[in-house]
Amino acid sequence: MKAFLERYIALLALVVAVLLWEAACKLFSIPVFILPSPSAIFASVSTLDAGRWATHILATLSVALSGFLLAIVIALPLAIAIVSSKLLARLVLPWLIVIQSTPVVAIAPIIVVTLGSGMLPRVVITTLISFFPLVISTATGMNSVPAELLELSKTLRAPRNREYWQIRMPYAVPYIFSALKVAITLSIIGAVVAEFVAADQGLGYLILFSTSSFKIPLAFASLFLLVVCSLTLYGLVSWLQKRLFPWSLDAK
Amino acid sequence: MQPVIELSEVNQTFISADGTRVTALDEVNLTLRRHEFVSFIGPSGCGKSTILRLIAGLLKPSSGVISVYGKPVTEPRDEMGFVFQKPTLLPWLTVLDNITFPMKHKYGRVDAKDTARGHELLEMTGLTQFANKRPAELSGGMQQRVSIARSLLHDPDILLMDEPFSALDSLTRDEMSFELMRIWNERPKTVLFVTHSIQEALLLSDRIVVMSARPGRVSEIIDVPLARPRDEETLNHPLFHELTADIRHKVFSRRKEPA
Repeated sequence: MKAFLERYIALLALVVAVLLWEAACKLFSIPVFILPSPSAIFASVSTLDAGRWATHILATLSVALSGFLLAIVIALPLAIAIVSSKLLARLVLPWLIVIQSTPVVAIAPIIVVTLGSGMLPRVVITTLISFFPLVISTATGMNSVPAELLELSKTLRAPRNREYWQIRMPYAVPYIFSALKVAITLSIIGAVVAEFVAADQGLGYLILFSTSSFKIPLAFASLFLLVVCSLTLYGLVSWLQKRLFPWSLDAK
Repeated sequence: MQPVIELSEVNQTFISADGTRVTALDEVNLTLRRHEFVSFIGPSGCGKSTILRLIAGLLKPSSGVISVYGKPVTEPRDEMGFVFQKPTLLPWLTVLDNITFPMKHKYGRVDAKDTARGHELLEMTGLTQFANKRPAELSGGMQQRVSIARSLLHDPDILLMDEPFSALDSLTRDEMSFELMRIWNERPKTVLFVTHSIQEALLLSDRIVVMSARPGRVSEIIDVPLARPRDEETLNHPLFHELTADIRHKVFSRRKEPA
């Protein structure tokens, strides 16, 4: 019984919470536009057919994933630049901090005006929101290599690029994956923010659309699917780490 | 015997974090002979590790000349192996790949000959059955053994060891000392061994360089008259105890001298 409880306590708590929510909605007859009951939310799912749902989910996922991948492509070389040269670090870091300090939600409409209403501005917004932790963690990881390992590299007079590929980069892998887990959830946030500003599909768009037409249960259903997307992507990153770099789980 | 390593009038100063000038080494003169085992002992901050890094070509002296085989040291050279205080293995590589890593790192590839040599070293250090394990699965002593094996991969003529056993428990330390002596007997090389342990220095060395701190100076060089081969019995020898007391006195009295 104790083992069962330890294993399923989180799930049980969720079930109890949903039941309490349902009961509260019924008991106090809370209007559906203030707080829809779980059953109403569930029922609202069928107001859209599976194809429509798939279109919205895929739209959000493709923005989130494109932005995420673009963030990786930008962040890793930037991190290497920061670590390899003091001058580059001094050049790049202030810009990074300025970009990070700018509320992306605030510049999102400007980006849409500048880049048009296609997928590009959405991807850019997503990248902007998720690349910063990646740069900083990767650079931190590459700098956390023990001094002795760098001395070993020097005593061997190895080419400098191997110091990066064979020592610094692999050393940063646990740090990179911690950041990837943060960045993947940030990229879902980025995609939703972008869809709030300008989109004709996607779960963020669906939330905006359904709240403006008082279809609150549908908004909740979309929200629920967003959480599922976010958890799935997070799980995927964790799985990739376990699969590709099992050693990185017990280091650091 | 011919000199292998010579330090003449070597000074090393650096600017510390608070901007003051610190003398790490002050007028160090030292001549090391071929295939002798020399230990460096002294309080923290006496520049023992600095001497190793200067000889390894990792640091440049502020003044003075360091020569190896009669040539001034300007950069690291192939005849040397370096063993660090911590094992500093690469956690993503297996034990065998860690041992052959220097080849992979220096030349970009590991050929069959290197792998064979890696297996030889595994056998010599008693790690054969751990060849495909990762460092995290090994004890501290085994990890340090891997790191010693790694330093022996290219069969260096000079082995620089910076407190290699200091992170190990005392039983493992003794075991490692005997193992190191065995390796040294099998393949003689010039060994420079930095340590905090007087017993370790006595057991292993032909000569012991006693250093004093602030500024780092060579205060005395002691010939160790203990007969070889040395083993567990050596540790119980009356002369061993006498020498231990003598060196402790020397290290200690230097410490009390006014700066």
